[in-house]
Amino acid sequence: MLKRTHFKASPLPYLLVAPQIFITVAFFIWPASQAVYQSMLLEDPFGLKSEFVWFENYQLLFSDEIYFSTFLRTIVFSSLVAFLSLTVALLLAATADHVVRGTRTYRTLLIWPYAVAPVVAGTIWMFIFDPTLGIVSYMLHGIGYEWNHRLNGNQAMALIVLAATWKQISYNFLFFLAGMQAIPKSLIEAAAIDGAGPVRRFWTIIFPLISPTTFFLMVMNIVYAFFDTFGIVHAVTKGGPAKATEILVYKVYNDGFIGLDLGGSAAQSVILMLIVITLTVIQFRYIERRVEY
Amino acid sequence: MIENRPLATWFSHAILILGVAVVAFPIWITFVGASHDAIRMTQVPLPLLPGDQFFINLKAAFVDGVGNAKEQSVGIMMFNSLIMAMMIAVGKIIISLLSAFAIVYFRFPLRMVFFWMIFVTLMLPVEVRILPTFEVVANLGMLNNYWGLTVPLIASATATFMFRQVFLTVPDELLEAARIDGAGPMRFFKDILLPVSRTNIAALFVILFIYGWNQYLWPLLITTDKSMYTIVMGIKQMLEAAEEAPEWHLIMMTTLLAMIPPVLVVIGMQKLFIKGLTETEK
Repeated sequence: MLKRTHFKASPLPYLLVAPQIFITVAFFIWPASQAVYQSMLLEDPFGLKSEFVWFENYQLLFSDEIYFSTFLRTIVFSSLVAFLSLTVALLLAATADHVVRGTRTYRTLLIWPYAVAPVVAGTIWMFIFDPTLGIVSYMLHGIGYEWNHRLNGNQAMALIVLAATWKQISYNFLFFLAGMQAIPKSLIEAAAIDGAGPVRRFWTIIFPLISPTTFFLMVMNIVYAFFDTFGIVHAVTKGGPAKATEILVYKVYNDGFIGLDLGGSAAQSVILMLIVITLTVIQFRYIERRVEY
Repeated sequence: MIENRPLATWFSHAILILGVAVVAFPIWITFVGASHDAIRMTQVPLPLLPGDQFFINLKAAFVDGVGNAKEQSVGIMMFNSLIMAMMIAVGKIIISLLSAFAIVYFRFPLRMVFFWMIFVTLMLPVEVRILPTFEVVANLGMLNNYWGLTVPLIASATATFMFRQVFLTVPDELLEAARIDGAGPMRFFKDILLPVSRTNIAALFVILFIYGWNQYLWPLLITTDKSMYTIVMGIKQMLEAAEEAPEWHLIMMTTLLAMIPPVLVVIGMQKLFIKGLTETEK
């Protein structure tokens, strides 16, 4: 934590941390406490009067069926994104680790979607699946399947899952590949001499050994699907049709900035903060544990 | 190669090539879309091969402008994105280096309080505190300028932790030697700590540049003045402005231009990128 030898106490360290602390207080801690305070206020839509109502906003939220279904939808959405992107990335990383030639080339060709902004990814996929013009929807039409994510809620959900997954594969792939390449080759060779084929070696040696990476990635993917996919939803579906793709982050934004339900939106923010805190704690406990490996 | 199984190797290559193709398909479509004219982009089926309008569209995006009234120059939006990405990356690195230095090399009251205050920022993504943060920025008069775009995003727990980790691996003997030679804290920071963390700074820069360039929700709230639009949010404005008949050839050109800089950074500085990603675990 601290160096054995260090500099004498002086005003200097305070000056050094000042910028970071100032920004943290002004733009993180103060707004967060405001959100907590606001979540206990009931304001009229013009912002003229407000009344302190303790937990009434939360009670309203928890008895609100729309909020409950948004919650459920977010969980379905993030599980789908996490499961699909982890599975595809694991398959690609295992094969890239298996082939001896070209691992680096494949890596270069697979990692760059990480650099594409979520809203950009959303725009491209929306273009590909555009109901009247899109190339894939045209092909689907050719085989007799009608695609219109502007009317069909399940198709809209499928589209944002696809865009979010596409973007996340590269991140997962990199971590999986790094984990696999850190496994000592002698372990794999010993198993090969004992007659285990590539598939058997994967399930009995490689997969158990990279399980810490898998767990870490699961947490990171859920965080990604919960918060970083706002741009995708906002560009592709705006939560529609009929709220079929409205996830929690989008609802906070929509209720607060568009619907001007300040208390309700703040209460939702606080719930989201609790979710992030839980995920961060899980992630940190895992990092502490991983030191032993 | 552990054993010679040509079939398994061929199978692996086939899966990888399929994976690369699926990953690259959207970008190919974007490129094709950016290389046709407006009329071709309204005829079903859309082309799968590039046309000859690429440079005409490129010129249209930069010179004539895009958007509903053709008032939005892609050049200005890219410039804004570049400034935003640079300010966020450089700002985060500087304040994190300084606070990590203070926390590791000084013993002072409130040290742990500050440490936990920085830690808390890890738990508060922009998305969960948008309304109150927006109010703070509006009260400070930072709407529609570069400060408002970047300063609220500059505090960084991950970068501070990473530099703390790096500084902890610097041998104590270096500090003792520096003190014997009469170097003060800032001299030690500048002449020893900065050079030893050079590659970490570079790796972090790559990650933070991409993070800054791809910011979306924050610029969307902070900027209402068209001259401050960044390219990533500009695309969304184009889609919105042309809800009825989007000009896909220009939208795809803008999309392509929006992703080229960060993609080039990732591919060109792949080693640093991977180092940065796995060290900050961001």
